[in-house]
Amino acid sequence: MLRIAKLPIAVFALFILVFPWTARRIPAIEHYPDIMVFAGIYCLITIGLSLLMGYAGQISIGHAAFFGIGAYISGILTTNYGMNPWACMLIGMAVTAVVAALVGTPSLKLKGHYLAMATLAFGIIIFIIFNEETQWTGGPDGMSGIPGLSLFGFEFDSVERYYYLVWGVVIAAFIFTVNVIQSGTGRALRAIHASESAAGAMGVDVARFKILVFVYSAVLASLAGSFYAHYLNFINPATFDLFFSIKLLIMIALGGMHNIWGAIVGTGLITFLSNEWLQYFEEFEVIVYGAILLFVTVILPEGLAGVPGIVKGWFRR
Amino acid sequence: MSAGIEENVLELQGVVMTFGGLMALSNLNFKVRRGMIKAIIGPNGAGKTTLFNVITGSFPPTQGTVTFNGRPIQHLKAHKIADRGISRTFQTVELFGNMTVLENVMLGCYTRIRTSFMASGFVLSQARRKEKQIRENALKILKFIGLAHKFKDLADSLPLGEQKLLEIGRALASEPELICLDEPAAGLNETETHVASSLIKAINAKGITVLLVEHDMKVVMNISDEILVLNYGRKIAEGPPEDIRNSPRVIEAYLGAEA
Amino acid sequence: MEKITLASQLLQYLITGLTVGSVYAMVAVGFNIIYNVTEIINFAQGEFVMLGGLIMVFMNVAMGLPLILAFPATIVLVTVIGIIIDRFAIRPIRRPSVLTLIIATIAVSILIKGTASFIWGKDPFDLPAFSGRNPITFLGAVVQPQYFWVMGFLIITAVALSIFFDRTILGKAMSACADNPDAASLVGINVKQMILLSFALSAAIGAVAGITITPISLMEYDRGAMLAVKGFAAAILGGLGSFPGAILGGLIMGSIESFGAGLVSSGYKDAFALIVLLVILFFKPSGLMGSIEISKIKRF
Repeated sequence: MLRIAKLPIAVFALFILVFPWTARRIPAIEHYPDIMVFAGIYCLITIGLSLLMGYAGQISIGHAAFFGIGAYISGILTTNYGMNPWACMLIGMAVTAVVAALVGTPSLKLKGHYLAMATLAFGIIIFIIFNEETQWTGGPDGMSGIPGLSLFGFEFDSVERYYYLVWGVVIAAFIFTVNVIQSGTGRALRAIHASESAAGAMGVDVARFKILVFVYSAVLASLAGSFYAHYLNFINPATFDLFFSIKLLIMIALGGMHNIWGAIVGTGLITFLSNEWLQYFEEFEVIVYGAILLFVTVILPEGLAGVPGIVKGWFRR
Repeated sequence: MSAGIEENVLELQGVVMTFGGLMALSNLNFKVRRGMIKAIIGPNGAGKTTLFNVITGSFPPTQGTVTFNGRPIQHLKAHKIADRGISRTFQTVELFGNMTVLENVMLGCYTRIRTSFMASGFVLSQARRKEKQIRENALKILKFIGLAHKFKDLADSLPLGEQKLLEIGRALASEPELICLDEPAAGLNETETHVASSLIKAINAKGITVLLVEHDMKVVMNISDEILVLNYGRKIAEGPPEDIRNSPRVIEAYLGAEA
Repeated sequence: MEKITLASQLLQYLITGLTVGSVYAMVAVGFNIIYNVTEIINFAQGEFVMLGGLIMVFMNVAMGLPLILAFPATIVLVTVIGIIIDRFAIRPIRRPSVLTLIIATIAVSILIKGTASFIWGKDPFDLPAFSGRNPITFLGAVVQPQYFWVMGFLIITAVALSIFFDRTILGKAMSACADNPDAASLVGINVKQMILLSFALSAAIGAVAGITITPISLMEYDRGAMLAVKGFAAAILGGLGSFPGAILGGLIMGSIESFGAGLVSSGYKDAFALIVLLVILFFKPSGLMGSIEISKIKRF
């Protein structure tokens, strides 16, 4: 049975809870909570992407676009129209849902390479729009002055406050997704992955489910985009380029696509690699990413989530 | 017959199926009476699997109507037809290999009990209750097909004979009125074939109508009430086994195909 | 007067479009060679073009090798890289699925891109044109001599490939692999070698495209991805797997881009090919010259 144990989730939540408190006391990792905010934001995207790719078996190399749509809608509506950030967040998610449904409906009829290329092309088109529609987006220079978040007078103005906000949402999204995976819906998704014709013959509305997960993952990416915009107070198109979509792919491939925990682990590792550990490599970090991705594909097809199984295999021998 | 419930579960009228100019089924008419086991036989390429694909909605017929319980279904998608009460197995086993034996059957219950995306995400108590019921139903079916002891195994790891049984079990889990079995005995040894044919009889005894494509003539002659013979997409004979056995047209079709 | 200007303007767009389109056509042909033998879409296809251009710059400009030597030497080097990719990134994959193959070729693509930025830095490089840069004026349109080299090499490539696939035993063996790998291995064709050959051949064609276009558009480390997507768009437009389709698709795609950039918006230059790609994928995924039947038979 596909059961995802509750205990590790509780342990993980506890870790998230005490991490800033611990980090504050160790000078070397004092700034880690800031990186963890980014990790949390990216986790929101990869949790949905893991459900879409690992469980339902549908490829997307264009999720940077949904991340960007969320960020830009939040940015534009708050700075140009002075709207409430939380309302903008919801509007962003709604718009993204519509866009994802419109793009997903014809795309998800495609399979394999065709789907991969369609999502990739969509992602690049949106990226070009961010660059070109200067009157809205500020063009390649981006837009600044995006306000921070506050709720009933409580300002999320410190790293720690924002950390708890983002990770609270991440854990909620994670638990929701885990529940979906363990339900009949999750079973239907995995069935689609294994055999669309058999899933259809068993009453699963294959087309509808594919669009549903696609939209779900896009909406999470949009939410992540809004959090990103309000945290940095600044966005520019470069954040939402093709390479970011590939980075998301690296995150879930490294963690292990067929395991929802893989999304968390892979995202955490890659975020720390790019924001901290690879600082010395500067521009050549791309080589490191390429090497990681190739290594995982060839040597560790199940990602890091597959390592416990391999180790167990050694002991049995 | 008595009003309300149709005597014929399934009825095909003037069904034509063409693929890019190639006629796979031509003007096919036949009925399947409720509660019977009806076999469809014919040489390779006669259109048997195409016929199953049309009935179960894999693709709509080019022309003609398919009526199930008195209502036309030829325009419906596969999953809608499954909801109406037709289930099937596949000639080349199409199990969910990455899922366990139990999960495969549990998925089969999907037509009868399902939860929405939101309800499953928030694990409403109703969703939990349903999941429990699905599990119980699936276990019952596993006992019925004799695979209860393997419920934890991955479907891929089973030998072919058990995979074929599991596929039947998965189809049964959707509580169909009509079950379409595509070559349930193909590739099985004698013992396994025997198990499969007794299972089909047991399914039929539960009141489920069976439509069967099969090459093993022993199985067909033993268990079916009626046989339909196809050749080049046309019906060349239909009737009880003993009539078919002696029909000169059938013998000619088979010998002609083999010569 | 105005009319003549517009006409010559349009002619200019067409000529530029066909030149750039020739490169897309060569990339599309490269996609098809690998796809036909392996059913893999090689996302690193554009990197061959980038490598062709930059290695040529290194050979011709930095090392001072004459064109006639640098050209073949560059092709050989890029071909070797193609072989290395198959040998060390594709063949070792134990359970190839569409997803793992896509990810593997993407990994290769960013590895090559990263390495190129390590070696050559981020600035674009120029290469002397093969026969000078004195433009020819033709009906009011300005044509660089290099344009003819690009289109000429597309024709040479097309002719050479059709001779290879129709007339040589090796080419016929490759086509057999494309039609039915199981049957091909039954009659004694070494399918693994054919896959290797397809990567080699496809890399060589990519290199030709890169070498010939660099004098016109310069070349830098990160050009590969966009070239790959546009080349794929060309291959899809022509019908994935069809060689005449790839060439036609490339030329059309180049022209659409050139006219779109000239008449509609230069900022959206890169978007036109992608929008066309989406439209074809959504409405006629079999393309202009491909057949739906074939796309159904293919495993992926």
